[in-house]
Amino acid sequence: MMKSLYLDPVKCTGCLQCEMACSYENTGAFNPAKSRIKVFNFEHEGRKVPYTCTQCAEAWCMSACPVEAIKLDPATGAKVVLEATCVGCKVCTIACPFGTINYVADTGKVQKCDLCGGDPACVTACPTGAITFVDADWTGLERMRQWAGRANTAVL
Amino acid sequence: MGWTRKLLRVDLTAGTCKSEPLNMKWADEYLGSRGLASKYLCEEVDPKVDPLTPANKLIMSTGPLTGTMASTGGRYTVVTKGPLTGAIACSNSGGYFGAELKFAGWDMIIFEGRSPKPVYLFVQDDKAELRDASHLWGKSTWDTEEIIKKSHHDPQIRISSIGRAGENGVLYACIVNDLHRAAGRSGVGAVMGSKNLKAVALRGTKGLGGIKDFAEFLKVTSEKKKVLAENAVTGQGLPTYGTQVLMNVINEVGALPTRNHRDVQFEGARSISAEAMREKRPTDGKANLVTNSACFGCTIACGRVSQMDKTHFSVANSPKYWGATGGLEYENAWSLGASNGVDDLEALTYANMICNEEGMDPISFGATVSAVMELYELGVLTKEQIGCEAPFGSAQALVELVRMTGASEGFGKDIGLGSKRLCAKYGRPELSMSVKGQEFPAYDSRAIQGMGLTYATSNRGACHLRSYTVSSEVLGIPVKTDPLATEGKPALVKAFQDATAVFDAAGLCIFTSFAWTLADIQPQIATACDGDWSMDKLNDVGERIWNLEKQFNLAAGLTRKDDDLPPRLKTEPAKTGPAKGLVSGIDKMLPEYYELRGWDKEGRPNKDTLDRLGLQ
Repeated sequence: MMKSLYLDPVKCTGCLQCEMACSYENTGAFNPAKSRIKVFNFEHEGRKVPYTCTQCAEAWCMSACPVEAIKLDPATGAKVVLEATCVGCKVCTIACPFGTINYVADTGKVQKCDLCGGDPACVTACPTGAITFVDADWTGLERMRQWAGRANTAVL
Repeated sequence: MGWTRKLLRVDLTAGTCKSEPLNMKWADEYLGSRGLASKYLCEEVDPKVDPLTPANKLIMSTGPLTGTMASTGGRYTVVTKGPLTGAIACSNSGGYFGAELKFAGWDMIIFEGRSPKPVYLFVQDDKAELRDASHLWGKSTWDTEEIIKKSHHDPQIRISSIGRAGENGVLYACIVNDLHRAAGRSGVGAVMGSKNLKAVALRGTKGLGGIKDFAEFLKVTSEKKKVLAENAVTGQGLPTYGTQVLMNVINEVGALPTRNHRDVQFEGARSISAEAMREKRPTDGKANLVTNSACFGCTIACGRVSQMDKTHFSVANSPKYWGATGGLEYENAWSLGASNGVDDLEALTYANMICNEEGMDPISFGATVSAVMELYELGVLTKEQIGCEAPFGSAQALVELVRMTGASEGFGKDIGLGSKRLCAKYGRPELSMSVKGQEFPAYDSRAIQGMGLTYATSNRGACHLRSYTVSSEVLGIPVKTDPLATEGKPALVKAFQDATAVFDAAGLCIFTSFAWTLADIQPQIATACDGDWSMDKLNDVGERIWNLEKQFNLAAGLTRKDDDLPPRLKTEPAKTGPAKGLVSGIDKMLPEYYELRGWDKEGRPNKDTLDRLGLQ
């Protein structure tokens, strides 16, 4: 079964455990500056929102890449950057409508979420369930369940 | 490792920034943060120094677990000699600033001297430089953060700064980071102001790679996060209600100091409680509380995010205060509310917000206002002197006085002195509810006897965070003791003090101690840090830190008489509640405490004690 990251901002507290887990997984150090998932703090609204690549079915980053350095991992559905092939031209960062693929000056390559090969570290690290890894065909299941729970069975 | 093994020394007089290796022998003896910074202070600063002169130093320090995935591993400590107390000052803060310092590659920053003009320190990984801050002087902490981020074109910079209170020498000015987290107590912000240092701005991209055993560390920190999640206080009470979960509880046990400690229960407690923060207001149908929030790395998330009622008199004409912002914690709801007899939740939220914006400690501010209100009711202070009528219970007075104090205008200058100096100035020194000049937090010493001893012996002046015996005496953590009894309290206080010093030195939040003991922290330190970190060693570290701080205070000229409570708590019995008729048994507890500590009758560590801990 294909799975997707499912982000629920209401549950996010802004602890950044996800950013630490992501950076450790990919760089071997706790380093939110190198995380591929970011938590945004909308201060005046009192909202915190985790955000990362949604692995578009029709991935513009992949289409835009002139050297075919972004490949589909058929097992996970992730669009994965092949570092050895990437030339750091940044065209993909312009093509992505969501800003979730970024150039890393240290390596001269781009980086994006690759779903950690099917076991995302951010999901394991999130203490509140704001980031979950769910059936890709049923990303609405939890919200559906919540509304179902509110329904009056007699009327329904 | 845990440590980056590097400290940044900033000479503000000369305008230089230099890197030097961290003294790893001291790190092995004092762990980090509170402990290690205190060691540096004691080695480098004459305890008799005037705190607001260039000879004092200001140290910002992280612990070895700061910036790691250990839950709550984001804290940093500010250590200096405090202007409010004349004692060692040591205030820690959460938010994101501490971890960012670590990610930039530094364990600690030591500021010395005094800049000839206002400056801020900008650190970007290895690069550190002082920059002109004349355009920031006079700005609030909020504006300072915004202006610095904009001028560097970098929203990811983390900042600690002082507001007008720190610039103007309010003796309980704090250092605010990430808009509403603060190194709050003892006037560390006034020291920063005296050095013409407006802010410290950090951007760290190096990360923290030096964990001794990453795999084991991740395993053990995950296990310990589960312990927090499954505990009723850290897993449910704190995230749902915040520290404000205590308001009704402490009022019930008759330990909620009210109207400058004249009373021990507040009839308006319900209106300013966590429960009230969650109720819909009749005016706009919204609750005061918007959501909870976490500091860096914290899996508890006790922080409050509140939004004011736009029609409230304090903000009706000020849209800038209509957005979500840091909400009331228990201590602040008490100091601004019960302590002043004010039951207007929105007025307290406003006063708390102004304290964050201007950079001052709401505990000391609120408790100083309590003394002013008592002096006003006694006729010692008049409406003309204060600038407004100031009876107990007046939300208008609270709002007026917080504005005046934040701006250091009119009578606000006197309030900025703190209650000890203010009460002495107006001839009634006994009305200052403080120890070593620092105002009490939110627990009455008559109804929770261990807290009386906690306050009297705290090395940074009255403070609940040095040995939170409320855990044991009220909540039954780890074991229930009788709050009204003095028996056994000296040992309880000593044990809490030593353990707490280790939590602080590690870079963790003391709120984890509702679920964790030292035995839960030990494996997290041991898997992160080089060296052997046994329970025995950590116990010694805690006791060593405590004795070192004490030695600083003794050398600064403090004596046994500074380890005492105001006469009100020793002579005026609690009027209501379970402690009705009781006074504090501090005089009975203190000698026993000194003996248990291995100190003489004047509170000076014996030679044996110093030898045992490797102190001189």
